Amino acid sequence: MTEIIIKNGHVFDSVSGLKGEVADVCIKDGKIVESVGNGATVIDAAGKTVMAGAVDVHTHVAGPKVNLGRWYRPEDKFRLGERCSAKMGPNTHIEGGFSIPTVFKTGYEYARMGFAFLMEAAMPPLYARHVHEEIRDTPIQDEAALPVFGNNWFMFEYLKNGELDNAAAYVAWVLRQTKGYGIKCVNPGGSEAWGWGLNCMTVNDPVPYFEITPKEIIDGLIATNEHLKLPHSVHLHSNNLGNPGNYTTTLDSLKIAEGHKANNAFGRDTVLHHTHLQFHSYGGTTWADFESKAKEVMDYVNKQENITIDTGNVTLDETTTMTADGPFEYHLSALNHLKWANVDVELETAAGVVPYIYGKNVKVCEMQWAIGLEIALYAKDMMRTMITTDHPNAGPFTRYPRVYAWLMDKEYRDAELNGFKWSSKVIDATTLAEIDREISLYELSQMTRAAPAKVLGLGSTFGGLAPGMNANVAVYDINPDNMPKGIELENALAKAAYFFKDGVKCVENGVVLEANPVVKETYWVDAKVPENKQVLHDVSEKFLKYYSINLENYDVAHHYVPHPHVIEIEEA
Amino acid sequence: MDTVTITLKKVPGLYLECESVTPDKFAGKNAEEIAALPCAEGKRNYVLGDWFEIAGAAGATAADTKIVVNGAGTDKCKYIGAWMTAGEVVVNGTADMFTGAWMEGGKLTVKGDVRSFSALQMKGGEFIIEGRAWNYLAAAYRGDWRGMQGGTIRVKGDVGSDLGTFMNGGTIIVEGNADIHVGTHAEGGTIIIKGKAHRRVGGQMVKGEIYVFGGCDVMMPGFKKIEEREIEVDGEKHVFNVFIGDLGERHPKSKGEVVYGHLYTLKE
Repeated sequence: MTEIIIKNGHVFDSVSGLKGEVADVCIKDGKIVESVGNGATVIDAAGKTVMAGAVDVHTHVAGPKVNLGRWYRPEDKFRLGERCSAKMGPNTHIEGGFSIPTVFKTGYEYARMGFAFLMEAAMPPLYARHVHEEIRDTPIQDEAALPVFGNNWFMFEYLKNGELDNAAAYVAWVLRQTKGYGIKCVNPGGSEAWGWGLNCMTVNDPVPYFEITPKEIIDGLIATNEHLKLPHSVHLHSNNLGNPGNYTTTLDSLKIAEGHKANNAFGRDTVLHHTHLQFHSYGGTTWADFESKAKEVMDYVNKQENITIDTGNVTLDETTTMTADGPFEYHLSALNHLKWANVDVELETAAGVVPYIYGKNVKVCEMQWAIGLEIALYAKDMMRTMITTDHPNAGPFTRYPRVYAWLMDKEYRDAELNGFKWSSKVIDATTLAEIDREISLYELSQMTRAAPAKVLGLGSTFGGLAPGMNANVAVYDINPDNMPKGIELENALAKAAYFFKDGVKCVENGVVLEANPVVKETYWVDAKVPENKQVLHDVSEKFLKYYSINLENYDVAHHYVPHPHVIEIEEA
Repeated sequence: MDTVTITLKKVPGLYLECESVTPDKFAGKNAEEIAALPCAEGKRNYVLGDWFEIAGAAGATAADTKIVVNGAGTDKCKYIGAWMTAGEVVVNGTADMFTGAWMEGGKLTVKGDVRSFSALQMKGGEFIIEGRAWNYLAAAYRGDWRGMQGGTIRVKGDVGSDLGTFMNGGTIIVEGNADIHVGTHAEGGTIIIKGKAHRRVGGQMVKGEIYVFGGCDVMMPGFKKIEEREIEVDGEKHVFNVFIGDLGERHPKSKGEVVYGHLYTLKE
């Protein structure tokens, strides 16, 4: 029985309604409790900021495309010529890599920033075993992974024919096979069209052969998701990512949510999460007249209450882009002439990997940086707006503290903006310079804790400090009465004074104390459906006819997930 | 200029990571402070004083500092002079991998050989190798596309394979012979080989100059002879066969003209 009391900190937590009031946080046996006895270990948090452990709603930290990035970018461990971060603490594993860090560095760096839960945002079902192997080996954070369904042959056929029961039974089957958490949809139809050398640029472009449109796919996936009553909403990376003028496609995609209503027992009241919105909020027709449409997109998001978004902030680093949006990566490599890797995952999805340098002297990159910040700053409901870098696509997750500091300190972001080579052009083509808003610590706690936990359907255990919730607590050396600015704020957010995961002290003064301080859990969703002979028949037939592996070699066996946390959902 | 002489006390069992042995790290320090700089043997952390006798004190800046490395076992020291920006380093013996890698300025002299990956992605300065160099001299780091940017390297002996891969600028002079893969993917810079080159010279080369006095054992098929011309190279005047290439590669245009890599072999 371990008891801890974190005393006299300024607590920011929307779940318990605290906006910086001085309060004590009590921990007993890995959970938050009302009070503890006199024998409890005391942590003095006076003059410090206390928040729940953070939740990353969208990150790419495990699986084949991450590893493809690692093995084809050995130079990533040397960042811009400087020998980088082959760190070794006395009790921890060696850490390496920058934009595609090792599993150990991933877990440790997230812990230093106070993260308790990570959502691996794209799992190819066929390679789910690899995803789970990496999740198993990443220390500290609880994790889950979203299988991709937006280019899946089964789903195309069921949705095209309006067979919702079959679609639901198939999704439930895949979640069980892959130990997956929910429905991810990347460039719906477009990655499959890429197999024909084509793409889907609007929600109405039909997929070759299957003759289904992205609109029908998104609509069908939302219906399937709510039919199954899954904890998370559909998680969408819409069509036409990264192209000038794509904001109309984005708005068309978001509007598909209008006819739907959330149906679940997890406290989630939204039906569609649009990820890395920055990449989808571009105006203009070419890179020459490229401009921000963040305001237009966020005006819609603000009034449409059943959708959530994350930002995808560009961090101005050299990074490694990786996505199941195969055609996008091909076009990117044609732009920057750097090495390109492309993978087709039979029947299910595709992926591409390309290194990318977000340069401070490149107009497009500077604009992307500004657009990402505008999206967060235009948000009215912070419980529907989350901060991500789409790690590692817009920048490595280790830059979160810098993004937070840009959002929280106008002077800091304006210094960056005014230091750009093309700053006057960026100021003309975006509205960032006119925005005075600074995100508060309370809003930050919503965007990085309560909001992602809620949209993932984990709001009762993660993202808050109410009694009964998991004792994930981050303490930062930030005194709200004397707020640090700029780089000091960034450093304080990068190295937590303390981080407790399930009541175990994992980090002190930014140092990870042990190699594997806690037992991490892998969350997956077991949605019960009536026995569906049609789907089982289709699965075995497709494996016989098309898959290159046997059905028996497909499922993620028990030993890949040594510490499962199964969320069971009763039959629809 | 103040000189610091460091002498190995014993031959390392594994390899010593000597990233601290640069004028930049030594600058402004006395012998005692230099002895406290970190180094590692395998996964064990040490300080320079554990391995070297240190005599003398450094100058106030890197430019005022000269380092002389002595003793049996310098061939077990990696990263000597890596990332150096100014000053001078002399190794009286052979140095191991990554010697002078990412070097930006100053002068580095190795009296013996250097092992693979030396002068990797070098940006500036002068690097003299009196013996021979192993593979990947002045190449890009594995996977990287940004090779040597500037500076001068002179090798008195032979070089191994993969010389100047992804080279962008600077000059490499090899007085001996070169093994396979010279200037692969080059987008600039000059490579001069006084001896002969084995084969695969200038493969996928976009831009830059390669002179091979002794000829190539086998020419790449993507090179085309355009002329014969007398040129002065490294103080010697000769008539060369001039080739353009690699014709199998994408070539940029500059002022309306297509830019090619140039390969020169001595006219017999």
